[in-house]
Amino acid sequence: MWAVETEELTRTFGDFIAVDHVSLKIRQGGIYGFLGPNGSGKSTTIRMLCGILEPSAGSGRVMGFDIARQSEQIKANIGYMSQKFSLYDDLSVRENLEFYAGMYSLPAAVKKSRIDEMIHMAGLIGREDELTANLSGGWKQRLALGSSILHRPTILFLDEPTGGVDPKSRRLFWDIIYDLSAAGTTVMVTTHFMDEAEHCDEIGFIFEGKLIASDSPSRLKQTIPGRLLRIDNPDPMELMAELERRQLPLLDAYVHGAGVHVRLRETDAAAYESYGGQWIQPSLEDVFVHYVKEKRREVAA
Amino acid sequence: MIRLRALLVKEFIQMRRDRLTFAMMVVLPVIQLLLFGFAINTDVKHLPTVVFDQSLSPESRDLLDSFSASGYFDINYIAGSFKEVNARIDNGEAKVGVVFPPDFAEHVRSGRSGSVQVIVDATDSMAASSAISTAMTIGQLRSQNIMIKRLEAVTGRVTALPYDIRIRPWYNPDFVTAFYMVPGIMGMVLTSTMVMITSMAIVREREHGTLEQLIVTPMKSYELMLGKIIPYIFVGLVQATVAMLVGILVFDLPIRGNLIELFLYTILFIVASLALGILISNVSQTQMQAMQLSFFIFMPSVLLSGFMFPREAMPEFFFQIGRFLPLTFYLQIMRGIVLKGVGIAALWPQVGALLAYTSIAVTISILKFRKKLA
Repeated sequence: MWAVETEELTRTFGDFIAVDHVSLKIRQGGIYGFLGPNGSGKSTTIRMLCGILEPSAGSGRVMGFDIARQSEQIKANIGYMSQKFSLYDDLSVRENLEFYAGMYSLPAAVKKSRIDEMIHMAGLIGREDELTANLSGGWKQRLALGSSILHRPTILFLDEPTGGVDPKSRRLFWDIIYDLSAAGTTVMVTTHFMDEAEHCDEIGFIFEGKLIASDSPSRLKQTIPGRLLRIDNPDPMELMAELERRQLPLLDAYVHGAGVHVRLRETDAAAYESYGGQWIQPSLEDVFVHYVKEKRREVAA
Repeated sequence: MIRLRALLVKEFIQMRRDRLTFAMMVVLPVIQLLLFGFAINTDVKHLPTVVFDQSLSPESRDLLDSFSASGYFDINYIAGSFKEVNARIDNGEAKVGVVFPPDFAEHVRSGRSGSVQVIVDATDSMAASSAISTAMTIGQLRSQNIMIKRLEAVTGRVTALPYDIRIRPWYNPDFVTAFYMVPGIMGMVLTSTMVMITSMAIVREREHGTLEQLIVTPMKSYELMLGKIIPYIFVGLVQATVAMLVGILVFDLPIRGNLIELFLYTILFIVASLALGILISNVSQTQMQAMQLSFFIFMPSVLLSGFMFPREAMPEFFFQIGRFLPLTFYLQIMRGIVLKGVGIAALWPQVGALLAYTSIAVTISILKFRKKLA
């Protein structure tokens, strides 16, 4: 059984198609990264999977339960952390955890040890009685994570958990995600940080509501045709214009930092000798650029 | 049960943290009671009066004495001209003008009618009607006295009036306005705070984003509704108790009926108001909308429930609208128990109406609330 399985899942808001016929399958036990720019439909997809937003069309199953008809069974088995902090600011750290322990009907026997475990995990020892409103970003995020995994869900949905959090907190957060995954929890996490996506067992690219690729990071990188040449240049725009002028053979070229990434057939490499470029392994960003352009061409055609 | 308990604990903690709101909820009924209890008096007395007496006779003075002795007219100005009477009423110094014509005494003595002009500022209808009816009564009483004296002088026998109407104002013989107002204010304060608090309850969580985290839990709709209603029953009871104490201690409100019954129906009314608030919260998308909808309930409650104006005087349509407001029934219950000393035997229709009201509002809320975002 797939942890998550959707077929042609679609959600519209008025005329706007937020999620456009997305079909994906997520294996049990791994970390699935859901990548895409803001407004591409990541949150909408996750909300539908959690059973708090109804699909407009298509279907989906989470742990075998239908998202439209069996959303309550799904809710008992999942953990969800929304993009916006959604715990109670006027409750203390411990009170928030106790509240959610109650909402998941944790028996008294395990409640206390679980809550202590979460406080420990979130690094909030000694701050249990502080009002949640007074915590800063990273702590809030870890507390929110703690609240959503108190009941040991089989699947955990994290919607942009590291937005607006400093790098150290992000690192800490990902350590927790690895631990959960190692313990057998399936994790679906949305992000727009490409470096975070590298840590996932599998990733799906979503762009303008459509799923444009879904595979493991390494396989996705192999799917890009040609090789990647990085040419550093203080004025990459000018370099782009020059490549255009000279009509050099290439598959694709785009600005990347202080330089240009040129994707080309290895046989055409000679044409670029004068630029002193460097062969590089494609990053997920290169993969993403490739798939977005493919999709655009497809749509245009 | 674990979930409901967690919801209740959470609400109580939040209530405790928000001390200002809680204090407001307790102080509000006291302030309202004192304000309405002392300030409002439907029996309008001491109207400033200007007199232009062209007769300057024992007869005119006699009638004027009756006017001032009634307590309804304070003769503050003696005018020297009709123009002055007009001016004093125009600028609002006087609400009533009394004008005696020069031939007043002559007419009375000769057995014809001595006419007196009473000018009333009718911009305030309550004051005007009070002045009019008092002036009429004084005129008639004084006329009767004179007639009887004349009759006795002619016949030489003691004469009595043909009719003798004896009024017995039951339940509130001294017409203490506070007795009438206090139960009403209590109902009004309860309904306004209860509806207002719960109307915010769900929509606030929606606005803050906390609802999203709540609806991914296996919580049931009815658990959330009960979790939002039950804590505020206690707030309502605190308010009701404070209001009763102020009524008894400050206004000497008699409680003629059963106190336990009174509290039981008060709880019922509180729950009905909370249920109405929850319903509002369910249909509102923002706190602003919830606020406006609460006012939409609140204004008719004040105007149509019989709190301010007698329902008997309302056109049929508005009379019927009043039947959809819990306050209408609660007022009848309160006045019944507090002033008349009656119980369930007389009040079952009102109690039944509140019960029906509550069950309908709660049922609709539970059915209407869906654990979805949009």
